[in-house]
This record gives sequence, structure tokens and C-alpha cells, in this order.
Amino acid sequence: MADVQSAQQTESMTLFLDAYARMVLIRRFETAIHRLFLEGHVHGTTHLYAGQEAVAVGTCLALEPEDYVTGTYRGHGLALAKGTEPGALVAEMLGRASGVCGGRAGSMNVVDLEHRLVGCYGIVGGSIAAGLGAALSASRQGRVSVAFFGDGAANHGYFHECLNMAKVAMLPLVFVCENNFYAEFTPLDAATAGGDIAGRAKAYEIPSAVVDGNDLWAVHAAASTAVERARGGGGPTLLECQTYRHYGHSKSDPAPYRPKDEVQQWMERDPLKLARSRLLDDGLTEERIVAVEEEAEALMEDAVRAAKDAPYPDPRSEAATEFRP
Amino acid sequence: MSELEFRTAVRDAIAEELDRDPSVIFFGEDVAVAGGVFKATPELFERFGPERVFDTPISELALAGMAYGAAVTGLRPVFEIMFGDFMALPMDSLVNQAAKFWYISNEQGSVPLVVRSAVGGGGRFGAIHSQTHATWYQGIPGLKIVFPSSPAEAKGLLKASIRDDNPVVFLEHKRLYSVKGPLPEQEVIPIGQAGIPRRGEDLTIVSIGKSVADALAAAEALGQDGVSAEVVDLRSLRPLDLGTVLESVSRTHRLLAVEEGPMIGGWAAGLLGAVAAEGLHELDDAWILATDETPIPYSPTLEDAFIPDTESILASVRSRAGVVAG
Repeated sequence: MADVQSAQQTESMTLFLDAYARMVLIRRFETAIHRLFLEGHVHGTTHLYAGQEAVAVGTCLALEPEDYVTGTYRGHGLALAKGTEPGALVAEMLGRASGVCGGRAGSMNVVDLEHRLVGCYGIVGGSIAAGLGAALSASRQGRVSVAFFGDGAANHGYFHECLNMAKVAMLPLVFVCENNFYAEFTPLDAATAGGDIAGRAKAYEIPSAVVDGNDLWAVHAAASTAVERARGGGGPTLLECQTYRHYGHSKSDPAPYRPKDEVQQWMERDPLKLARSRLLDDGLTEERIVAVEEEAEALMEDAVRAAKDAPYPDPRSEAATEFRP
Repeated sequence: MSELEFRTAVRDAIAEELDRDPSVIFFGEDVAVAGGVFKATPELFERFGPERVFDTPISELALAGMAYGAAVTGLRPVFEIMFGDFMALPMDSLVNQAAKFWYISNEQGSVPLVVRSAVGGGGRFGAIHSQTHATWYQGIPGLKIVFPSSPAEAKGLLKASIRDDNPVVFLEHKRLYSVKGPLPEQEVIPIGQAGIPRRGEDLTIVSIGKSVADALAAAEALGQDGVSAEVVDLRSLRPLDLGTVLESVSRTHRLLAVEEGPMIGGWAAGLLGAVAAEGLHELDDAWILATDETPIPYSPTLEDAFIPDTESILASVRSRAGVVAG
């Protein structure tokens, strides 16, 4: 019995160490993209996920590879959490032919069907309806669909229409609201009547929970319950994962509207810091943790180098000029 | 000789495709148990059951998003947005998601969905239940816009639309639902090929949807005037079969486009521009018969005067060509 328990503990620790490694990879990825943007290699705009890593990673940890996810324009973290190859994702940001979407999508609209990332959506709320549709397919395939969206989307028609539809049709859909407390520049309490996003599910008789979105273990536990419910025919769940973005809304936003002490408090609760310290408490050695951190660092360095060397798509090629759906 | 009613053609097309392909599903507001507000989809629910054919809440955003999400993950949804006017609501999913997916995903997957709506005036439904939304969607690469003019076309084009791997906006003119016509000669009518239901030598009248029947009636009457009019039925606005129009104009040298909608921003204006760009040397004359630049009125006298019909097509041709009737 003790051996079984110990084996389970080891398995669980390995699982969460891998998840931590994925969170570190996302952080390194976003740091690299931020730098590449300032250097002029990333074009247009970009929305960084740093600070919210535990939400995507903890949720995807509860999923099977065949389960569907849909995400927002702040979607790099979700793509990496679901398994998108980092090199192909950097190359997409740089608009290269080797990008996961051949440079046609860019930062906001990544699709990776191989990893069942149905899409990321540049218009607030779009991910919710797309996730609803994936849930309709999932219900026939024994799979589950997870729609990620921000607190801003909770005030969108998509949110209410899709909560209602998912419940009426009892679809295997998990609504994951990443509440980072700012809809672009506007604070939650200035734009969200009642201020209680999870509470909105009650009207639809949909189970919901407020989750510490900076705690990998808390997110994983809540997501596991919701995914199990969905897979078992119990219908949708709404999770409100409270978290915080480290950067502004987009590349042009230094976020002057956020009080310094608020930022400071959240930085102290950096999800990477929390996860690292929990892993040490659980008995993992500093060496093993440093090893995965260095691995993530090296992976990103290679990915960035390869992306910078990759060719741009040829505007004169047939593929670029002919729309052949 | 047996005939087919337009609404039955719609129903049969959906039924046959539901039968043929288990990934086809059909949903919308009151389409299943009630059989559709225009009685276009009766008995599908009874025959195929609630897994394949189901009613939804009145949630156009969710409907279109659900169809898109389902289409990129293995299903082939056909859904109804009851009146074309309501197609203002689901534009985000259709325009920003469905139309873009194949291209921006770098061809990882396609979006086989069909959205059907009842369109057009003449039913005294007023300004916000009588519009034709085709041109709202025409400027979007990645969408197909199909608009049948007869029961046979309704069946063949709807079957083609359901089999198409792209999102298709399918329009059904309300004044056509009760029209009966010959049975289809072909099971599937390819999307993007205009028809020429009447040959002529002096003038090409190009139109789509219900206006095709009006153009044909006008062409018959023009024959009495000694004017031989050819009628082109576009069948789809995207893709737009410019080739058939240019070929027709190269023989007739005169072009009239009849549109049930305003000229500014309409498909007829775009078509004439494209014809001018490609075949100006073939043109002796080209003009448009469209509606006034106002919302669609309710009162029967106002609505009848507003919508192009056989009489107004005749009057337009006679006035333009200087023909004296009789």
C-alpha cells in the first residue's frame, strides 16, 4: 500500500513538474516575443499571456489530447499548453512560412487542429461560440470542449447565449473565464454589473466555481471536476479563474491605469513562483527544477533562432494569390 | 407531368443529404418540431430524430458560432436564420470566423456549413423582415452566396451547398416558397455556374432569385415588341459567373441588371463595373433597375411600387430602348 501511494505521489509530482516546465516555457516564450516585438521582428500587435500561465496549463492538464480548446487573442499560452510546437508558434509570430499557420494568421488567430486548438479569436467572445460548436462535435465523439475567454467577454452576448444553449443541449463544454480584472483598460467593477462572473451561471443552473487562477493545483482540480462532469454527460461548467496579466493589454499599453500596490501584490503571487515553491515543498529537488527551467530556456533560444532564419512566405506563389477553398 | 413546390424542394434537399451523410445535421429556431415558420422543413425531425434535427433558442450569435465550431470539428451543419434581416446578428461568426478559417489556418481544415434564410419583399412584412442580405456578405472572400430562382434550382443548389466544403449563405425568396416548377434535371447544380433560361439576341437581362421569373415574363412580353431578350440567372453572387455574362453580352451588346435592393452597394453595380472592365468594347448600353434608396415600405401601394417586377422591367427596357409598345 505504501509503495502504491508512493508511486502515485511520484507520478503526480512528475505530472506537475512537467506542467511547471510548460508554464516556464510560456513565460520564456512571452519574454522572447516581447523582445522580438521591440526589435521589430513581430508585426502589428501582440497580447502577452505572462502571469496567467497556470490557467491554460492547469486546465489542459485535465484534458485528453483529443479534447478541443478555443482561445482568445491572448492565446500563445493556450497553444503551448495544448501542445503546439514552440518553434512553429514563434515562426507564426514572425510571419514566416514555417509558422503553425504558414504566417497567414499571426499572433491573434492561431489555429492548430493537430492539437485540437480550434482557433484563437481576435474579437471578444468569439472563442465561446466556437467552443460551443466544438462541444456539439465533441458530444458525438466522446470528447470535451473548453472555451477560454476573458472577464470582458462575460458582458458579451456570446457569453449568455452560449451558456444558455450549452445547458439546454447539455453539451460537454467547460467555460473557462480568465478573469484578469481588466477588460482592455477598464477595471472589472466599472464594466461588470454585480461583479460576480461565476455567479452568472446560477441563473442557467450551470455549476460554477471561483478558482485561484494563479495556483496550478487549484486550476487543475477545478478543471478536472468540470471535465469529468462534461465527459460523463453532466453538461457544462463555468470556471472563473482569477488571475493577472504581467504586461498591459497589448504591445502599446504600459497599463498606467493599474495601481502600483495592486500590481505588486499580484507579482508576489506570480504563478511560476507559487508552483516552484509548491514543488520544492512536495519534495522535488532544486536541481530537477533548475533542469526543466534550463531546458525551457534552451528550447526557446533554438525556436527563436530557427524562426529568424526561416523564409517569409512568397507573395508570388500560387498559394498566396489563389484562394482555393 | 409532375411538379415540385419550392418549399418541398428545400425540404427534400436537406432530407436527402441527411440520409446520404451521417455528419450532416440541421437546426434552427422552430425548424424541427414545428417544421419551420415557412413550412419548408416539415417531417425532418420525425424522420431523423433529435440528434440530427433540433430546435434551438432564439440566439443567432450562438447558432452561427455553434455551426462554425461544429463544422471545423467534423460535422456538416445546415442551420436556419429565419429571416434574412436577422443575418445582421451572426455576422461575426460567419464573416470573421467561418469565412477566414480555411485560409488563415493555412488550409488545416475547411468549414462545411450552410446557413439558410427567407429573404425578399412582397409579403408586407415591412422594412426589417423583407431585406435581402446577399450584398451584406458579398464582399467576403471565403463565403459562397447562393440564391436559387426555381424549385429545381433550390433542390440542386442546396444539395451542392451542403456538399460544399465552404461556408455557404443560402437565400430563399419568400415569394417563391409556393411556386411550383419542373422537377430537377440534375441532382446537384454546381455552384458558380450561371444559367441561361432564355436565349435572345438584342438584350441580356441578368438577375437572381425571384427576379429571374420576372425577367423571363418581361422577356416574353418584349418578344411582342420585337425585342429578343436573353435572361441570365446568376444563381450565386460569390462565386460570380462573370464569364457567362460576358459571353452573353458579346452577342447582345446590351445589358440590364435587375436587383431587388438598392443600387448603391448592390451586386448589380459591381457586376456592371466588372463587365465594363472586361468587356467595355462589347457594350452598346448597360443599366440597372434597382429599388429606391430607402428602407422597404410596408403599405401595399408603396411596397409594390418599390420592388422591381415584370411591369417595371418592361417599362425600363421600353423607355431605355425607345420601344413603343404594341
